[in-house]
Amino acid sequence: MYTQGLDQAGKDQEAGAETPEHLEAFQKRIDAEEKIEAKDWMPEAYRRTLVRQISQHAHSEIIGMQPEGNWLTRAPSLKRKVILLAKVQDEAGHGLYLYSAAETLGVSRGQMVADLLSGKAKYSSIFNYPTLTWADIGAIGWLVDGAAIMNQIPLCRCSYGPYARAMVRVCKEESFHQRQGFDIMVSLCRGTAEQKAMAQDALNRWWWPSLMMFGPNDANSKHSAQSMAWKIKRFSNDELRQKFVDATVPQADFLGITMPDDALVFDKDSGHYSFGEIDWQEFMDVVAGNGPCNRQRLEKRNKAHNDGAWVREAAQAYAEKQAACAAA
Amino acid sequence: MSRDEAVIAYVLRLADNALILAQRMIELVTAKPELEEELANANFALDFIGQARMLYSYAAELEGAGRSEDDFAFMRDGNEFRNLLLIEQPNGHFGDSIVRQYLFEAFYVHQLDALTRCKDQRIAEIAARAIKEVRYHLRHISHWLIRLGDGTDESHQRVQASLDELWRFTGEMFVSDEVDVAIRDNLAGPDLEAIAALWKRDVEDVIAEATLQLPEDQWMARGGKQGQHSEHFGFLIAEMQFLQRSYAGASW
Amino acid sequence: MTDKEWPLYEVFIRSRAGLSHRHAGSVHAPDDQMALDHARDTYTRRTEGVSIWVVRSDRIVASDPAENAAFFEPAKDKIYRHPTFYEIPDGVENL
Repeated sequence: MYTQGLDQAGKDQEAGAETPEHLEAFQKRIDAEEKIEAKDWMPEAYRRTLVRQISQHAHSEIIGMQPEGNWLTRAPSLKRKVILLAKVQDEAGHGLYLYSAAETLGVSRGQMVADLLSGKAKYSSIFNYPTLTWADIGAIGWLVDGAAIMNQIPLCRCSYGPYARAMVRVCKEESFHQRQGFDIMVSLCRGTAEQKAMAQDALNRWWWPSLMMFGPNDANSKHSAQSMAWKIKRFSNDELRQKFVDATVPQADFLGITMPDDALVFDKDSGHYSFGEIDWQEFMDVVAGNGPCNRQRLEKRNKAHNDGAWVREAAQAYAEKQAACAAA
Repeated sequence: MSRDEAVIAYVLRLADNALILAQRMIELVTAKPELEEELANANFALDFIGQARMLYSYAAELEGAGRSEDDFAFMRDGNEFRNLLLIEQPNGHFGDSIVRQYLFEAFYVHQLDALTRCKDQRIAEIAARAIKEVRYHLRHISHWLIRLGDGTDESHQRVQASLDELWRFTGEMFVSDEVDVAIRDNLAGPDLEAIAALWKRDVEDVIAEATLQLPEDQWMARGGKQGQHSEHFGFLIAEMQFLQRSYAGASW
Repeated sequence: MTDKEWPLYEVFIRSRAGLSHRHAGSVHAPDDQMALDHARDTYTRRTEGVSIWVVRSDRIVASDPAENAAFFEPAKDKIYRHPTFYEIPDGVENL
């Protein structure tokens, strides 16, 4: 259950209580595929890992509203406008579910939001790329949501109950997101030469950043092994990335557009596509804050938060007055 | 103006109100004061676009000239839009957009209520669907108006200023022209004078609960229903129509 | 300007008449009325519900997992409470 009321640690979890016996008993529960719930005993590192991962996930949903929101007022038909609006709204909802899941671990949404606004917290780098044409909305749905689904479906079985439940809801709702993106791409690729060029250009710009969404190669992934042992994570970065490439290349063939990767070939022996080297320097740059839109995204979030302060405060003041009246 | 022309004109006015308000609301996506309000704002805008689509489709059928909902939304010039001036006013701060939506929907709910009983069956059906959505919007929006009015000194002053600023756009809602008269007389449509009284009663109640002052009677702007819009409306339309206009004939 | 966080509410949805309300998630809201609005706008966008309950999270009284053994294990050996405990002789019906 997602509630702060349940997030106090159980009675025997005191400082220094992380004895080898505790840790072993905890790992046994994990190995037995038992779900861990908010008030259960858990190692501090497990809690911290989850807070970091879930809040980053929530921040990504919230920041992710911006690149797509950028085309809401310009969507080319009323049908596309409602679909895109429903999708961007889902992202707000998913951010909300995920913040709630993280709140069960004893961190407030206010604190997580403050960390996002100050630049301390990270979010998925993909949202630091700009949406320059309408085709980018198609590419985001098709590629970015496609990559996200690969990441998110295994999270529905994550060992932490509140996160797993939030992800079940998220995945259910997101099932239309990738399809609507592909549907935009289909319309563009079956359209005029200009539209098809728009689609190819979007693929050129979004393909590599989408592959980066799976994170560093397994050899360089510092949190992976422990997260796998704790069953927060079920597949490695490279496994998921390969799965995504294998699923997506035939879709591009169907559309009649080409991945911007000369090294991309189907390897008959392994049954997988092999692909070129990701530009990890670009990845590191964007993570470090130097992507095309990092500043703009955070500025916009900060502005909304600051502009809304008087509103949140007014509602709080009204509630306090009403409570005082009721008590009198 | 023939009877059919009046119905088409009336349906387009309803549709334009819904679409243009939605367009203003989606400008606010990612700019709301709290995450939960993002959800509410998007729900309301989705309701409005849904209403606009049903209405444009009906207008297209009545017209029988092969136009689609998108032709009405994206291929008409600014002066062909017949939405109220109130609807197109820029978003301003949170209080401004709440007051704008409240003043309109407090009218719209009575307009729709009357339309559920009109003799045009399609309009009556659309109104019956829309009124449920609008009743919920009004519940939420008046919750906000009351909280802002009776919140802090700052919020009270801000939202009072919003009310004073937007009040001059409310008169247009109740000014009947030949289209309104034709719908009232031929289809048993809304009587704007009667609605004005209901609107005033509701607005006074909410404003009182919000501890705000009703603005004084004053000069009222008009023109939206006849296609004479504000300067900023041109930018709204240009942005909304850009893709359809730039790539003529393309399908999306 | 103090920027205090709105309190957290738990949301319970009845998906259709005849079923119990079930925990759906949570929302932040300044007061009870707004909590209901927020719950509606967040958790019933896909016709998930016909009734909503909201309750402030800090009003929920919950059992402590540390006491799980004392709370829940004593029920485990009362197998005679379950119908499968009883053997029904062949030929007996409607039991």
